[in-house]
Amino acid sequence: MNVIARSLGLTWVAEYDHEHDRAASALSGFWLFMMSDLIIFGLMFATYVTMLTPMSFAGGPTPKELFELPGAALETAALLTSTYTFGMASLAIKFDRGLGKVKSWLLITLALGLVFLALEIREFAHMVAEGAVPQRSGFLSAFFGLVPLHGVHVTAGVTWLVMMLIQINRTGLTGSAKSRIARLALFWHFLDLIWVGIFSVVYLGGIA
Amino acid sequence: MSHSFWSLVFGRLDFDSLDFLKAFFHPDLNDVIVSGASWVVILGAVVTAALLTWFRLWGPLWSKWLISVDHKRIGVMYIVLALIMLARGVLEGVVMRAQQADGLHGGFVSADHFAQLFSTHGTIMIFFMAMPFLTGLINIVVPLQIGARDVSFPMLNSLSLGLTVSGAMLVMISLVIGDFSTGGWTAYPPYTEPDFQPGAGVDYWIWAVTLAGLGSTLTGINFVVTILKERAPGMTLLRMPIFTWNALCTSLLLVFAMPPLTVAGLMLAADRYLGFHFFTNTLGGNMMNYANLFWQFGHPEVYILILPAFGVYGEVIATFSGKRLYGYVTLVIATMAIGFLSFGVWLHHFFTMGQDADVNAVFGIATMLIGIPTGVKVYDWMATMFRGRIRFSVPMVYALAFMVLFVLGGLTGILLANPTVDFQVHNTLFLVAHFHNMLIPGTLFGMLAGYTYWFPKVFGFRLNDRWGYIAAFSWIIGYFLAFMPLYAVGLMGMTRRTVSYTNSAFEPWFLVAGAGAFFVTVALVTLCVQLYVSIRDRELTRDIGGDPWNARTLEWATPSPVPAYNFPVMPHIHALDAFAVAKEAGFGYQEPTSYSDIHLPGNTWAGVIAAVFGTALGFGLVWHMWWLAWLSLAVLAVSLIARALLGDRHPVKIPATEVRRQYRAWLEKVRAVTPVTRALEWDHRNCGVAATEYFEEAAE
Amino acid sequence: MLVSKIRSREDAYRHDLRGYQAGFILAAILTIIPFALVASGTFSTIATLWVIGVIALIQIAVHIRYFLHVDLSPERREELYLMLFSGALVTLMIAGMLWLLFNLHTRMM
Ligand code: HEM
Ligand SMILES: [Cu+2]
Repeated sequence: MNVIARSLGLTWVAEYDHEHDRAASALSGFWLFMMSDLIIFGLMFATYVTMLTPMSFAGGPTPKELFELPGAALETAALLTSTYTFGMASLAIKFDRGLGKVKSWLLITLALGLVFLALEIREFAHMVAEGAVPQRSGFLSAFFGLVPLHGVHVTAGVTWLVMMLIQINRTGLTGSAKSRIARLALFWHFLDLIWVGIFSVVYLGGIA
Repeated sequence: MSHSFWSLVFGRLDFDSLDFLKAFFHPDLNDVIVSGASWVVILGAVVTAALLTWFRLWGPLWSKWLISVDHKRIGVMYIVLALIMLARGVLEGVVMRAQQADGLHGGFVSADHFAQLFSTHGTIMIFFMAMPFLTGLINIVVPLQIGARDVSFPMLNSLSLGLTVSGAMLVMISLVIGDFSTGGWTAYPPYTEPDFQPGAGVDYWIWAVTLAGLGSTLTGINFVVTILKERAPGMTLLRMPIFTWNALCTSLLLVFAMPPLTVAGLMLAADRYLGFHFFTNTLGGNMMNYANLFWQFGHPEVYILILPAFGVYGEVIATFSGKRLYGYVTLVIATMAIGFLSFGVWLHHFFTMGQDADVNAVFGIATMLIGIPTGVKVYDWMATMFRGRIRFSVPMVYALAFMVLFVLGGLTGILLANPTVDFQVHNTLFLVAHFHNMLIPGTLFGMLAGYTYWFPKVFGFRLNDRWGYIAAFSWIIGYFLAFMPLYAVGLMGMTRRTVSYTNSAFEPWFLVAGAGAFFVTVALVTLCVQLYVSIRDRELTRDIGGDPWNARTLEWATPSPVPAYNFPVMPHIHALDAFAVAKEAGFGYQEPTSYSDIHLPGNTWAGVIAAVFGTALGFGLVWHMWWLAWLSLAVLAVSLIARALLGDRHPVKIPATEVRRQYRAWLEKVRAVTPVTRALEWDHRNCGVAATEYFEEAAE
Repeated sequence: MLVSKIRSREDAYRHDLRGYQAGFILAAILTIIPFALVASGTFSTIATLWVIGVIALIQIAVHIRYFLHVDLSPERREELYLMLFSGALVTLMIAGMLWLLFNLHTRMM
């Protein structure tokens, strides 16, 4: 059969319109998007590191003077826990533990995300009050280019999460909802992964 | 009071920004040219709108094209955009050539205007000519070559087009309202910082490039997934046509190389809008990081520009030599190697920035390495032609010119890869000659070859070949005359981006280059004539069978113009060049035993909304009309969210009986046509059905 | 081996749950160590920086394995290759960038 087919080169076979796994394609596309985003973060990190020189401090505040461990620790705790709670939501979906469970885990995740954002905004406000504004020096520009960029991503994640909660509230756990939550989960874990870089490079590296 | 109200509504826009009025207030030659250009844009828009109204085409334009998600239509729209922008880009190049031909005597263009010319020319040619052209070809061809119904994300595809269009719109608007950047297509700070260019120009550049760049990233994602996930059964990776391979590599480059541009552009925007210090002279900014980031995008970008052209040449050379591609696997490996290496050489664009010699040496050697896979490709193409049944069709003429000229340009590239040589010719016209040597015979000829080659597939009739030859030879002669002299004046020390000169030894060379510009203009006009003549005489060149060149890959196995659903049923692939194998076995046109219903995605407004509000967003940002920027951003966000919540509300279903009826009708027509041999390819007897011919290769 | 162990859905659930728990605990430990080091200031700055860097890389691997579920299994090949490819590219870009810009920096001093 195979031999014959090869010499035909090409055969036309009707079948149910190639039941493509839409969700799988969407997931692959999302992976690519995240990797593209990874490059953006990588370059922001590298820019930040090149700005850790006296020349780029430009006589302004240095990381040692600006950053404090407790704040960074709290933010880290909130985000890391939220990644775990999102994992619980994913598990509840995968093993059909009921809509209620999914919703409550997602709500906890949402709350933790909001806590993270609140902590971060408080930190920025504090810095601005001290005169550590991005216009002050190249170093501060790089800081405010990198860390709030992550914050904007978290904000997008939070918005998306709210939308998903609305969707599953209205329609239940449909295929489309599941596939979207799977992508959102990836995004959320990815943001935590970036945060590992931020607390290591910016906060710990700056204070050490 | 009234002033602050004005600025609330119009930001920093005022009457002096209106270019089309300039000629009336300061009537000197330079301003007449500036105003003239903006009147051309205005009149062009008005005439187009009037014609559309007169022929009552707004309806079809809207429902068949603008809101379509059909990859072929989206591809055509990309190419239309590319051709319009090509016209503007070429004309700007010609004005610059004319200026420099008279440059010893000062010329007729002001220095500032000249700077805008090379900045828009470079930006347009790269981002709004070459990129849309190659994206359009990939859109049209790739799903057909892999036997797919459409791309993986049709709505996203439309959105990408909309973003690209909005970038192009901004560049066009800058002709009419305000000035463009004078910072070149690279926009290096600190010159592009507000201290030196406070006006709107650089902002036009930033938002045009950023919006289009976003569109390109999304296109990249779309096509990587399409190629990896939507292939027809049996189409293994190593059975993919070479153009698809190049498209895959290009798409990967888009995904990974656009981010540095986005980063550089947004950092520059932060400097300009918010007073950040990423690249400033003061307070610890580092402008060298901009060069670094820009070229981390810029070098992969040149491979984004060339790889699709390589793919076209692969298809064209194989088809018009009547042989299968020589060294297919080596070509695949070479493509992927080039793609990866292209990320490791960006520093060769600024050897002279001041780093240690050993840094330069590493990147110089890395650069030379890329010559190896590229050389492999050239040998493979030559070996494909060896003992082939070669027809010197129009695409083949482009391909042959490419092979000679591209090798020449590659050699000057190897020269430039040597830092010690580069120190001598950096920033001279030698470099300008080098990259035009790669971009015109490489990218532009490749795109034009692809345009000629696949035109019948899309529209169902061939392009006129006589005018095609005239265009091709005008391009070749024009390119040669316009750019070879630049190698000489470059070596003599003429810097690039320079409006005039005082060394009279340059003048003869510039006069020759000016003559070249004339031929280039002829080539452009010829392309328009060719299109007109081809449409007028379309009944003589009908492509009924869908296979006018006796070609090898899957896209030729389906009717021309291709139906919305591409293939009546899913093709199953059993070999490389499956269609050629099938034809040789006498099974070129088979009927499927049964059909099934076909589901297609419904139309979407995504592209139109992205184009309109993307443009508005950019315009608002450029002119500091914050309300407009916020409003557009809100509309974009809300419509994306709404679309996500609502889903595709109008999917289309084509019943199996209808598909069968259409396909049978087509087969009937094909059987009525007399097949032609390759010798009659450009004859009016060619109706798109190829007669089987046996060659040495087939007999092997 | 593993497959035969997972009999029921309940087992499968517990298996997955344990994965998340392991990831969470590992990540927590790998976060606490560097924070504690910096807070206590036991090591010299350079040594601390090295430890932070290495631990961060390990933690990233933990996240990839336990939260993003990318491992060496054949089903996850695609993502694995994609991550390796992207990782190689970012590394190349960042390393080249740091080399270049710090080189320029020293030459300007
Ligand atoms: C077809 C005829 C063309 C002509 C007559 C032409 C002419 C020119 C001229 C006169 C310049 C300015 C050189 C200088 O710096 O003094 C220039 C720059 C440039 N051209 Fe072209 N060009 C042509 C086609 C193209 C094409 C097809 C591309 C790309 C796909 C291209 C890309 C560029 C770029 C990137 C620059 C650099 C702009 C800058 O300095 O920032 N050109 N061209
Ligand atoms: Cu390069």
